[in-house]
Amino acid sequence: MAAIKDIQAQIIEDFSFLPEWDERYAYLIELGQKAPPLAEAYRTEENIVRGCQSLVWLHRECRQGEVYLQSDSDSLIVKGLAALLLQVFSGQPAEAVLKADLTFFEAIGLNKHLSSQRANGLMAMVQEIKAFAARCAGGSI
Amino acid sequence: MTFDIKKIRSDFPILTTFVNGKPLVYLDNAATTQKPQPVIDAIIDYYTRYNSNIHRGTHHLSNLATEAHEAARKTVQMYINAQHEHEVVFTRGTTEAINLVAFSFGEAFVNPGDDVIVTEMDHHSNFVPWQMMCERRGANFHVVPFDENGDLKLDVYQNLLSDKTRIVAFNHVSNSLGTINPAREMIQMAHDAGAAVLVDAAQSVQHIEHDVRALDADFYAFSGHKIYGPTGIGVLYGKEKWLNAMPPYQGGGEMIDLVTIEKTTYNKLPFKFEAGTPNIVGPIGLAAAIDYLNGMDFNEIVTHEDDALNYGREQLTQIDGLKIYGNAKHRTSILAFNIDGVHHYDLGTLLDTHGIAVRTGHHCTQPIMQALGIEGTVRASLALYNTREDIDALVLSIHKVLKLLGR
Repeated sequence: MAAIKDIQAQIIEDFSFLPEWDERYAYLIELGQKAPPLAEAYRTEENIVRGCQSLVWLHRECRQGEVYLQSDSDSLIVKGLAALLLQVFSGQPAEAVLKADLTFFEAIGLNKHLSSQRANGLMAMVQEIKAFAARCAGGSI
Repeated sequence: MTFDIKKIRSDFPILTTFVNGKPLVYLDNAATTQKPQPVIDAIIDYYTRYNSNIHRGTHHLSNLATEAHEAARKTVQMYINAQHEHEVVFTRGTTEAINLVAFSFGEAFVNPGDDVIVTEMDHHSNFVPWQMMCERRGANFHVVPFDENGDLKLDVYQNLLSDKTRIVAFNHVSNSLGTINPAREMIQMAHDAGAAVLVDAAQSVQHIEHDVRALDADFYAFSGHKIYGPTGIGVLYGKEKWLNAMPPYQGGGEMIDLVTIEKTTYNKLPFKFEAGTPNIVGPIGLAAAIDYLNGMDFNEIVTHEDDALNYGREQLTQIDGLKIYGNAKHRTSILAFNIDGVHHYDLGTLLDTHGIAVRTGHHCTQPIMQALGIEGTVRASLALYNTREDIDALVLSIHKVLKLLGR
């Protein structure tokens, strides 16, 4: 498993080949479409991370101190953004998730989706992942 | 001056902006309108030449600022045809104006068991304050539903009205559906039942009839920033008899007459409702916006906006799978829609990459979305500077976005 900072660097490099906005979004949408749908059993009320405009489902697992994540959204763009987050965080040691500085969104010019008026639930999703990683690292789950 | 769209567009400097490398197509006017140069100039002029605190003028600048601020009140009075200048109270916006009435009218006139009526298509700002007031005063909260076209069910409204009804609040124009509600008729019906009426004019004062005496509204609220003026300034019109009978909303400076340890007496209207140093420049900017509109024939604005609206409906409905929300008998300025299988957030985000500014989501009207059984819509909303070309740009971009989405 590559380190979180290396995965982020890879994402930033991938996006550097896509200078135009519609190319970036086309790529995001493709990521969203390619991401496996979340198993019906995981589409539960408690897995919902509520944004103002879109819904995100986030399934969390802690196995031997590592964080495993699956996700889905009713918005394709948010699903694509969530897929990027999962690339970075899923399968990583909880300690590393906890300490990680999320830099790639800003570097690829998509941080407005994180900051803007909690519109899409992505910021809430990051917070949920961090909180889960803290419990996973602390051995409480 | 006749309606010269080229000249009008050139009055709004922001309209020449480029967004994501594309010329801005601004279609989010129900959220806020852009400002013409005279409004921007009036604000700069105030801060450059005569910024000063008002209403206690022993010095020159204070006198100038007070005069401009109070002249603005007169401009607003004339625009909405209020009988008295002191019936115009400056607030932060529509929301504060409605909260003021919900509080002060509630304290004076609403008692346990009384009824308050709003509508299912009201903005949260004309919904939640009344819910809060009903809770506080032990009154009953009633909601007039709308039908499948987006027209209010007036028969239900009639049945809700009774001698227990103290106040009715509704928007003249729905920000989510564009419905023009039959305000005169609804106000008459309320008055026949002995109830007062607040009209939320946030989406109407800039587009349609705005004569408070012709409407016979008891209260009338709107925001400066939606009528080409600055943010942070709003207007509450209230009939003198009501405002005089209502207690103040907030205490502080400006609103007092005499303060002693034993008791405070209050200032006269409108200052009784304007505690603290007000937004001094706000009304000056708002008056500049109204003066700008007064330089045109209002009927020509209506005709121009209606043309763009009807053209927009015509063009949008030709898009496969596109559904328009809001088919009321009388409409203005709002084009709300969804496209089958496309999330509104995705559509709005992708339109932005084409320089098209629209709003997506529930538009602060969750009860409407619940009634329609949807999470949200894409909303293009028009102002006097929008054109058929803006609609064409929107439609073209929607087609490009649909292609990107593989449809």
